[in-house]
Amino acid sequence: MTEKVLMKGNEAMAESALRAGCRFFFGYPITPQTELAAYMSKRMPLIGGTYLQAESEVSAINMVYGAAAAGARVMTSSSSPGISLKSEGISYMAGSDLPGVIINVQRGGPGLGSIQPSQSDYWQATRATGHGDFQIVVYAPSTVQEMCDCVYSAFDTADKYRIPVMILADGMLGQMMEPVVLPDKIDFCDLPDKPWATTGHGHKRSHNIVNSLYLTAEELEDLNIERYKRYELIKQNEQKAEQFLTEDADIVLVAFGASARIARSAVVAARGEGIKAGLLRPITLWPFPVDAVKDTFDSAKIYLTVEMNMGQMVDDVKLAVNGKRPVEFYGRTGGVIPTPAETLEKIREINERIGE
Amino acid sequence: MSKEIQAVFAGFGGQGTLFAGKLMAYAGLIESREVSWFPSYGPEMRGGTANCSVTISDSPIGSPLVATPDVVVAMNQPSFDRFVDAVKPGGVVVADTSMVNDLGNRDDITVVGIPATKIAEEASLKGLANIVLMGRLYAAVPYCKPETIDKALAKCIPSKKVAMLEKNKQAIKLGMEA
Amino acid sequence: MIDQNKEAKIVYQRPHALLPVVTNYCPGCTHGIINRLIAEVMDELDIEGKTIGVAPVGCAVTSYAFYGCDMIEAAHGRAPAVATAVKRVHPDNVVFSYQGDGDLASIGMCETIHAAARGEKNTVIFINNAIYGMTGGQMAPTSLPNQVTQTSPYGRDVLKAGYPIRVCELLSSLDGVAYLERVCADSPKNVRKAKKAIKKAIQTQMEGKGYSLVEIVATCPTNWGMTPQESFEWMRENMLPSYPLGVYKEVVAEGYENAAAAAQARAVCCPIAQSKNAE
Repeated sequence: MTEKVLMKGNEAMAESALRAGCRFFFGYPITPQTELAAYMSKRMPLIGGTYLQAESEVSAINMVYGAAAAGARVMTSSSSPGISLKSEGISYMAGSDLPGVIINVQRGGPGLGSIQPSQSDYWQATRATGHGDFQIVVYAPSTVQEMCDCVYSAFDTADKYRIPVMILADGMLGQMMEPVVLPDKIDFCDLPDKPWATTGHGHKRSHNIVNSLYLTAEELEDLNIERYKRYELIKQNEQKAEQFLTEDADIVLVAFGASARIARSAVVAARGEGIKAGLLRPITLWPFPVDAVKDTFDSAKIYLTVEMNMGQMVDDVKLAVNGKRPVEFYGRTGGVIPTPAETLEKIREINERIGE
Repeated sequence: MSKEIQAVFAGFGGQGTLFAGKLMAYAGLIESREVSWFPSYGPEMRGGTANCSVTISDSPIGSPLVATPDVVVAMNQPSFDRFVDAVKPGGVVVADTSMVNDLGNRDDITVVGIPATKIAEEASLKGLANIVLMGRLYAAVPYCKPETIDKALAKCIPSKKVAMLEKNKQAIKLGMEA
Repeated sequence: MIDQNKEAKIVYQRPHALLPVVTNYCPGCTHGIINRLIAEVMDELDIEGKTIGVAPVGCAVTSYAFYGCDMIEAAHGRAPAVATAVKRVHPDNVVFSYQGDGDLASIGMCETIHAAARGEKNTVIFINNAIYGMTGGQMAPTSLPNQVTQTSPYGRDVLKAGYPIRVCELLSSLDGVAYLERVCADSPKNVRKAKKAIKKAIQTQMEGKGYSLVEIVATCPTNWGMTPQESFEWMRENMLPSYPLGVYKEVVAEGYENAAAAAQARAVCCPIAQSKNAE
């Protein structure tokens, strides 16, 4: 077995990207993701890659757009306010079918908000990463190991479907250290061909155009419909979730990322008190793991989402449950991390209610 | 419930509290246990207190943020005051009495005070008060095998700094005997 | 009568790098001329196969479809950032962006200045016609004082709307810049000069000397509300005094190997700037 090392989430994501063949990184400093950019600035020059500190997040994402158009594996990272600025470029990437990886190490919002961990960009990531009809794939890792694994596969997913992929992390996951086994370095020969990329045609093919402008409405409609067919494929193939003690659970907690760690502790404590609680942990937020939610219908009497926001993912759980069961929400916001104890208290309260 | 130890290391920025936490985390890693290390970050680090939470466990760790520690290593008065009330009954606080004058009045926990800064300086180990405290912590709460501490030090200190490694080992020893 | 037996000699034809497509430019607009000049330069330097162009948002927004080389359509103002990354990925290719005054000097000024400051080895073709053309004639960052536009209907009031920006002058202070020239395309002579400048800018890039930009003072007959001839006259009368033609920076002519060497010389009194990285 490969050796386990202790790494910060931010650094582990950076190293994983390098191992996935990312050689272009465009960043801009913002807490709490800065270690990721710093790691890239240290490593890239040593391995023949490019680290460039852009003049703004807007510029950084447009550099990602350019590098992706040029056929490279490329990544950028930021935290919530910076992601808002990147939303323009993400929309253009989606409209031009460009693959790329965007990391959001979330902090509290809105506005400048706080620098403490938060999950309040769930809607932004899954609904509105920019203007227009589009989706991006969103992974929500919950451990440093999973951050590593998600980043690694994000590049493949992005290339496979020609789609931007976001890792929705947060300040807790980015800053914490945990043991991690780093993935193997990819063989560059295994990278997929990108015949659509703007690389200079050398008079060997007709000219390639990377573009999101269509002045004929019907043409754009056709393209959007084609893209949504691809999204259906992604929904079929890429949903990921983890079930923990849900087989017989009356109360199914649904939580992702950092809050899933807390929810898991609360579930373990609840089981210790004889309460049949379980945890469904979405690993992909888009596509949302609706199939995994359906798997819990047999036992679940009620769902409880635990989030570090004012209640965002709860909407997706309600859509998946589709009125068959009640769905409740418990969360803390502004950068406050819920404790297992207060989550357990909520489980107890629900358990008493449904026992009546 | 599984065996789990939750610790907080706190002091001024520059006193090496994050490093001390990392040392404990590595000890857990070396013994193949579940480990998490989580620092305070952002403006709080500038001139204020720097602290980190460390958990070593035999089952997956929930929140890496330690709210109710089993042990606290406090390197200044504000840190001691901030965390002493959160310590679980039966828990241990190791404080550097060169920096902490008031050791509080909780009688349901063990408070161990040693003048770590003074001990380090007298042994020509300036800047290693944090490691002296780690030695004392281990004497009070042996959270890993004794030989693991040396291995963890070797992990945390770059291999080219051999002299530094020896000084750290000496600091651990002084702390254990203090 | 044309003598059919005489051997035909081609004296003028479409450049290979310009595709046989209908452009969307208004009659009398100089965009078409400049597009053609860029294509001619690509042909003459034989670089169509290794060139990647970046189109702007503005009247040239669909110009990605006009050139034979690979093309990317950028978001409004972001062409310098896009071009930066393309060149970083393919340093041996030729990368140019084509931008208007709104794109380059308003929404994209930040990207423009920083690409120039970084000395990106890219070429910018900057069309300055003192107005937003595609959206129908609004005030631009380069609109002249008292110039009437749709959004300065009483004339540009400099006390409220500020003063026009002289891009060549502004960028000339930046160390990453190797070559800056302002030209226009109102006469055969000036068209030839414009082409020469474009060619020199591309060559500056190919020789790795630093950032290069050619500003072309242009017209907008449609939105200025003039005939093409009147608009050239107006341009000569009003724009050229504000935007004098000429070379604004040419580090090689100043005796330096490239922009980096010129920057090094300028920073001679600053010890830290004399690093090993600067050539």
